[in-house]
Amino acid sequence: MSIFLNENSKVIVQGMTGAEGSKHTQRMLASGTAIVGGVNPRKAGTRVDFDGASVPVFGGVAEAMKETGADVSVIFVPPPFAKAAMIEAVDAQIGLAVVITEGIPVHDSTYVWAHARGSSTRMIGPNCPGLISPGRSNAGIIPANITQAGKIGLVSKSGTLTYQMMYELRDIGFSTAVGIGGDPVVGTTHIDCLQAFQDDPETEAIVMIGEIGGDAEERAADYIKANVTKPVVGYVAGFTAPEGKTMGHAGAIVSGSAGTAQAKQEALEAAGVRVGKTPSETARLMREIVAS
Amino acid sequence: MRYNARGGDGETGGLRCLFVDLFEYQARDLLASHGVPVLPGGVAETPEEAEAIAREIAQPVVVKAQVKVGGRGKAGGVKLADNPEDARARAQDILGLDIKGHITHRVMVAQASDIAEEYYFSYLLDRSNRTFLAMASVAGGMDIEEVAATRPDELAKVPIDATVGVDEAKATEIVDAANFPAEVRDQVIAIAVQLWEVFSKEDATLVEVNPLAKAPDGTVLALDAKVTLDGNAEFRQPEHAALEDAASADPLEAAAKEKDLNYVKLEGEVGIIGNGAGLVMSTLDVVAYAGEEFGGVKPANFLDIGGGASAEVMGNGLHIILSDPAVKSVFVNVFGGITSCDAVANGIVSALQHLGDEATKPLVVRLDGNNVEEGRRILAEANHPLVTVVDTMDGAARRAAELAAA
Repeated sequence: MSIFLNENSKVIVQGMTGAEGSKHTQRMLASGTAIVGGVNPRKAGTRVDFDGASVPVFGGVAEAMKETGADVSVIFVPPPFAKAAMIEAVDAQIGLAVVITEGIPVHDSTYVWAHARGSSTRMIGPNCPGLISPGRSNAGIIPANITQAGKIGLVSKSGTLTYQMMYELRDIGFSTAVGIGGDPVVGTTHIDCLQAFQDDPETEAIVMIGEIGGDAEERAADYIKANVTKPVVGYVAGFTAPEGKTMGHAGAIVSGSAGTAQAKQEALEAAGVRVGKTPSETARLMREIVAS
Repeated sequence: MRYNARGGDGETGGLRCLFVDLFEYQARDLLASHGVPVLPGGVAETPEEAEAIAREIAQPVVVKAQVKVGGRGKAGGVKLADNPEDARARAQDILGLDIKGHITHRVMVAQASDIAEEYYFSYLLDRSNRTFLAMASVAGGMDIEEVAATRPDELAKVPIDATVGVDEAKATEIVDAANFPAEVRDQVIAIAVQLWEVFSKEDATLVEVNPLAKAPDGTVLALDAKVTLDGNAEFRQPEHAALEDAASADPLEAAAKEKDLNYVKLEGEVGIIGNGAGLVMSTLDVVAYAGEEFGGVKPANFLDIGGGASAEVMGNGLHIILSDPAVKSVFVNVFGGITSCDAVANGIVSALQHLGDEATKPLVVRLDGNNVEEGRRILAEANHPLVTVVDTMDGAARRAAELAAA
């Protein structure tokens, strides 16, 4: 088992014919992902060849799903068109929409989130590296060859820190690693992933990587305390980041948390999570747990 | 949530570049362009300009330091002036003033207003609930955080459906939730709709009016406003680029921006280059921990060269860091994922070749990830006298801190 993505996932790529989309479609195919189609209204009916794999291009997400049975879409559409692409995926009721695009205005992602409320589509991102269930499927831009399948679940705001952790623990391996993205508004949260890992019989322990800003880690800590029985190891980046200079007062009133790395670490430790001081120490803590 | 004067997303200390805070005068102009009532005035960079503006408007005037930090009143950054000559003298006092580390380059000169009542109104991104939020209170003025903490029922919070926005009916709901007095109700409803226009059409993440003031004649005006804009929206807000504060940016930060590098100057001695905001943030932490052992050596900067880590970008990054006189050693910390380590190593070697004599400070390089052996081999073969390769991030941080302390 794994979460959100497995060997049966049928993946389409919105923006497959663009530079980033085609580069990463190639990579996803190479790591064993079942890419069943691309979406580009202007190139509908054509096919794109990736080292011998001929992938059909459809005019829309709904059509691609109908023709191929796709249940996952990976979105590489550039920021000006990303809102429409995300809405199209949601309206087609695809199971999982992974939004890789960086630089989407927050008004657009907030609009899409409001639009998607109550829909059956799970959105991951935007501005995320996607997710990988090693050896089964890879939806996004996470390098597949830095780790292997195993029993750790990983959820992280940061891309390269995710890769670092996957690499450090490559001998133990991962059920699924999810990069949820660092934008202020994202579709899937730490809590969503913690819940899924808790329910996944293959996942034995969880690494959670956070960074300063917002109160997602504090909320995750509360969730862990109440609901997660599997061991969780945490890491928070940004202890020495320059302190933000408060301008308006509105933000602090709403959040109720300072959003500092210190506050996040304390919240996690209070929930019984062991928090590493560096990525390597975090990996070491995970080793102790998995070995025992 | 914190908003950063530097123009980051405000929450990661400016390390994930997203949001841009405006000066008061810029916020005021933006509000006025959407019809929000504000007092006449203008912005001046010299005492003479301040005097000229004061001549155009009714007396007395108020001269206000334009800095992106709170507490300017207490720091002597806000002064009343009875006539244009007086405005010139007050501007002279305030220009150049250091307010909590922010040097005052401009003052705003505005008609002074008698205030009968002070209210509060804001729209913002409520990150935790992934929605927009309106907040309003008739207990406005300086300390709205205090109101929120001690008298929460006096601060109305109304979520806004991002797919619907704020029309007159929604504005009425907000205004009534905050119990605005009947005599200003219609005015505030109209202003609430206009402020939503600012928030939505300008791609703002914060529009905060404090105080929203009632003048003795009953007119409601926005007397001071904070606006934060979303840098990601620049593709459809071409005029926003001009609002960014080039004047008060650090010269190294300005140079980095020209090269499209995500660089933030910090106070320490160890120059940092890495790929990915999270990894670089983590690198700062690891260097600061290691530095404790070596007399409190600290990271000198944040520099994220992105996933690609090409030779050109690496060269640009090294150039910026090596031109910082505070830098004593440099830590290059790259995880080779999509761009594998051999490509990164070649990038470092050719960047150093290109820099030639400009490269004068020791470099500690840590590579990890795809094709790491080949990457380390390339660096070993190049055998550059300034380069030390250390296998682990913690070990490399320690070595860089040690070199900076030497």
